[in-house]
Amino acid sequence: MEKPQRLVFGETLVELGAENDRIVVLDADVSSSTQTLHFAAKYPERFFNFGVAEANMVSAAAGFAATGYIPFVSTFAFLLSMRAGDPVRAHVAYPRLNVKLAGGYAGLSDFADGASHQSVEDLAVMRAIPHMTVVVPSDITETRMAVRAVAEHEGPVFLRLSRAEVTEDYGPDHPFEIGRGIVLRDGSDVTIVGTGPMVQMAMRAADALAEDGIAARVVDMHTLKPLDDDLVARCAGETGAIVTVEEHNIYGGLGSAVCESVCASRPVPVLRCGIPDRFGESGALSEILARAGLSVEHVCELAHRAVAAKN
Amino acid sequence: MLDAQQLSLKSARYRRSILRLIKRAGAGHTSGDLSCVDILNVLYNRVLNVAPETFADPDRDRFIQSKGHSVEALYVVLADRGFFPESELETVCRFGSHFVGHPTRKVPGIEQNTGALGHGLPMSVGAALAGKMDARPFRVFTLLGDGELAEGSNWEASLTAAHYGLDNLVVIVDRNFLQITGPTEDVCALEPLEAKFRDFGYCVRTCDGHDVAALVQALESVPFREGRPSLLLARTIKGKGVSFMENDPSWHHGVPDEEQYAAAMRELDAAVAEREAEVAADD
Ligand SMILES: Cc1ncc(C[n+]2csc(CCOP(=O)(O)OP(=O)(O)O)c2C)c(N)n1
Ligand SMILES: [Mg+2]
Repeated sequence: MEKPQRLVFGETLVELGAENDRIVVLDADVSSSTQTLHFAAKYPERFFNFGVAEANMVSAAAGFAATGYIPFVSTFAFLLSMRAGDPVRAHVAYPRLNVKLAGGYAGLSDFADGASHQSVEDLAVMRAIPHMTVVVPSDITETRMAVRAVAEHEGPVFLRLSRAEVTEDYGPDHPFEIGRGIVLRDGSDVTIVGTGPMVQMAMRAADALAEDGIAARVVDMHTLKPLDDDLVARCAGETGAIVTVEEHNIYGGLGSAVCESVCASRPVPVLRCGIPDRFGESGALSEILARAGLSVEHVCELAHRAVAAKN
Repeated sequence: MLDAQQLSLKSARYRRSILRLIKRAGAGHTSGDLSCVDILNVLYNRVLNVAPETFADPDRDRFIQSKGHSVEALYVVLADRGFFPESELETVCRFGSHFVGHPTRKVPGIEQNTGALGHGLPMSVGAALAGKMDARPFRVFTLLGDGELAEGSNWEASLTAAHYGLDNLVVIVDRNFLQITGPTEDVCALEPLEAKFRDFGYCVRTCDGHDVAALVQALESVPFREGRPSLLLARTIKGKGVSFMENDPSWHHGVPDEEQYAAAMRELDAAVAEREAEVAADD
């Protein structure tokens, strides 16, 4: 099964709306894109379309949270992290209010609109804001679980969502818990740590590496903050080399987080697969991902190099 | 200089080119393009003191399209004005092309990267202030959507424009009463809009944003008043020119299927033929 990740988000919000009448949803004229329109149709009295006014919307969400509601704020990831960055920092994170920031169309997934709408820096921004929890789900099952976990979590969370279709890879017993990475496949030569839809690419790379005689471990690191430092240290110790894969600038996202972690615990070679510090472009998603170095081939190449660097 | 009939003919042809481009690219902001194309036509063919050969001239008029999503209309008009070959339009949204889904300065004729709404006016204010400082004769024109007006940055920039009496600044609002999720007045009401702009210090005029003669008349008489920024409320219809796209929010980023494309082209071809006949009868 395949489904746009945003639709999984939209459908799960509707379920949550039935279970908890304190949940309100705020959107900024993009509910047809983010798929909060389903919640709007079901619970019109708990849905607020702010129009094209993202900063206004995020500050208002702080007001909702301070008054006892659980606001899910939804728009494109670049707008939540950059345009509304100041209210996110000053009014949501600083007072640690219970606001859920759902950033859609993240990474390069808004392939036609191009660089202005693609989000290559949101994880760096959100990670650097104190009190913020950062969650990036991968498949259909994990997305559903993440939306639910984010709703239950007390405090500000950034939930990063892709415009792209995701597959259903995990079963109902998938052990999702905010802050705990998940080992999807064991291996002893190198660990590939992926996040969001790039986890699927990591798995395909591990298959390809197996044919070359390299046993790659694969980790789904769905929470970038707080990072599962114990798991990172364990993988560093047991496999001796790490490759990270993310649809984000190589600066400030998953790769940086993993580097920071292993440097403090168990230094091993870490090679980062991500967008090489440049803006996106228009084209088919597979084309623009590949140009940014996000391809199975490139992950494999980095894995070979990481293994070779183990001395 | 093109007269109103010739401009109308151009608009009709532009509409056809826009549809063709969007169909080929498989993406685009169809109804917003059709809403503002008459404004872009009048700007580039009558009003703006800018041409491919003078694009590096520091005295050229500046145009910043704040509603960057209507880039397809801008590409079509710039190609027609000779800023780049028409064949480039075939590469829009293709991998590797500079002609991406929103305006960038990599495309000849484009002054500013836009796409995130609410920034064209503040950038225009900066350019207008610089022009005043250098005592240059150029004017700065910017085109805003109406849904876009919910961004507070527009109102901050308006305070600045009035404060400095920027009569070299011309703000055009594509007032089509629609944004992505529905009518502007249902999403976040703007009316009374004219009064708001007036209170913010603009000298305001209103016109039919599809009537090229009215647009020429208004835009050739800027500044509307010495010492004040000018604002033109251009009343438009989102999707103008294709009956089934008009006033239907789903065409904001709708791409026509084969059948819809054929039906749209029949209407647009008929409009071109009608205007060609008018121009011929006049010669
Ligand atoms: C800051 C920002 N928020 C959201 C968007 C997504 N978006 C693109 S067009 C649009 C609606 C704009 O409506 P309007 O300004 O009325 O434009 P028009 O009707 O002329 O197409 C939105 C919300 C954006 N491009 N920038
Ligand atoms: Mg509009």
